[in-house]
Amino acid sequence: MICLALVLTLVLLCITSLFVGVADLSPAAILSDPAALDLIWTSRGPRTVAVVITGGALAVSGTIMQMIVRNRFVEPMTAGTGQGAALGILLVTLFTPSLPILMKMALATTVALATSTVFLFIVNRLPPTQPMLVPLVGLIYGGIIGAGVLFVAYQADLLQYIDIWMNGEFSGVLQGRYELLWIAAGVAALSYLAADQFAIIGMGRTASVNLGLNYTQVVVVGLLSISVVTALTVVTVGMIPFVGLVVPNIVSRLSGDNLRATLPMTAVSGAALVLASDIVGRLIRYPFEIAVGSVFGVLGAAVFLWLLYAPRRHA
Amino acid sequence: MIEISGVSYRIGGARILDGINLTLPKGGISALIGPNGAGKSTLLSLIARLMPHQTGTITVDNLVVGACPNNTFARKLAILPQASDAAPLLSVRELVGFGRYPYHKGRPSAEDHAKVERALATFGLTDLAARRLDTLSGGQRQRAQVAMTYAQDTDYILLDEPLNNLDIAASRSLMRVLRDLAASQGRTIVIVLHDINYAAAYADLIVAMKGGRIVATGTPDDIVTEAVVREVFETDPKIHRIDGKVIIEV
Repeated sequence: MICLALVLTLVLLCITSLFVGVADLSPAAILSDPAALDLIWTSRGPRTVAVVITGGALAVSGTIMQMIVRNRFVEPMTAGTGQGAALGILLVTLFTPSLPILMKMALATTVALATSTVFLFIVNRLPPTQPMLVPLVGLIYGGIIGAGVLFVAYQADLLQYIDIWMNGEFSGVLQGRYELLWIAAGVAALSYLAADQFAIIGMGRTASVNLGLNYTQVVVVGLLSISVVTALTVVTVGMIPFVGLVVPNIVSRLSGDNLRATLPMTAVSGAALVLASDIVGRLIRYPFEIAVGSVFGVLGAAVFLWLLYAPRRHA
Repeated sequence: MIEISGVSYRIGGARILDGINLTLPKGGISALIGPNGAGKSTLLSLIARLMPHQTGTITVDNLVVGACPNNTFARKLAILPQASDAAPLLSVRELVGFGRYPYHKGRPSAEDHAKVERALATFGLTDLAARRLDTLSGGQRQRAQVAMTYAQDTDYILLDEPLNNLDIAASRSLMRVLRDLAASQGRTIVIVLHDINYAAAYADLIVAMKGGRIVATGTPDDIVTEAVVREVFETDPKIHRIDGKVIIEV
């Protein structure tokens, strides 16, 4: 029931997204005006697809990271993975600018994987009785890497590039400039195959070993999936914080942690919330735009507060 | 049969286990008793390969702990660690369902579902099956955890202080279910207990530990004597025998 409502909302948002923008476009024009179709094909369509993929994949990545770290207050974009991806792509731009794009992506992903692994090692040394230390350490850790990226970029006169990677928004998405995101979509969808495994490592190392799971292997697969999705997002549309934090928390509060059942819901909710934010961002100062991250921060916080204070249905 | 030979375990400089040699028979309930810090939980964790053991060997039937593939072992032996306060956000049925993971690896069959339902029924959880764990009482949650361990359908079940936060009714009912499982299904149950009265009443074999060593092994009649209790726990309660049962005065 909830699922159906979510999917329906997402479809409605997608249709709305196609007809919101600076250039006037009415649904009737599609049938008669070839320029309208062209606008949808080259700009509005790709933008909508990019938002949906980004929102869904980031929400799924957030869930996986929260399971790995066993803490509900972390997400890849603020805990070093996103900054690692930016660092990777910066290094590639500086030292090997002639590499084919897929190789560049592979290198950025590798750096993101390395910074996330270091984060995991740091987290494992924190006292388990202090869960709030984990997000704080994550913020500081991500902040340090981000500052490093900024410094190197400043020295190399690459600040404008950095701005694109660090501040996510979708106004630059056109046909031919977002297709890498399909890989992120594929990786996020593939990680659904390991939904049970991620749910089990979320119960802890002991429970995993007891159930015959190769704990380390699942953690590595999870980190790899997070890193690929994050790196591709950072390069294509830039960092979008909070999606991976807010959406998994909303879903697990409503529907629990049985990922086999809830991951699709997480993906659809993430896509819908980010798309709604993007549409609002396009309208609020029309014809100018507000970056999706800012709108999402407000929208996501509002939804989350409502959830916290709304009476629980089945307590 | 669980055979432990020459197992020692150190954490830093502290000696947690010191040259343990022990054979636990197949079938029946074996209870580990001893004061806090005796090494009972460590021994249980080593048998269940939750930590790598440092010296000695442990075998469970023909499987060598540490050498046997993890997933094969998960179908031979299940452990329920001491209760942690963080309950996963799952319904009772979902939690018990994860006990079947070693068999279905994420694709549960009709048989798996049937076994989950049977486990729920065995532990009187059918009515609570759809409830989320965080809405249950500590006792109900503990029962759900034991049911998950049971659903793993292993010959050996290890339980680390399962009675910790249960009231007397819940404790007795859990111990009775365990005794039934041992009797009717031939399961081998190894359980760490704090309360010697429960060990005396329900165990077939009692292993008394102190300071990382095994002090005494035997039937409740042999072990629960004033001399052994004084030696193991360093306190001297009166022990009564009523109708052939041993009862310790507290």
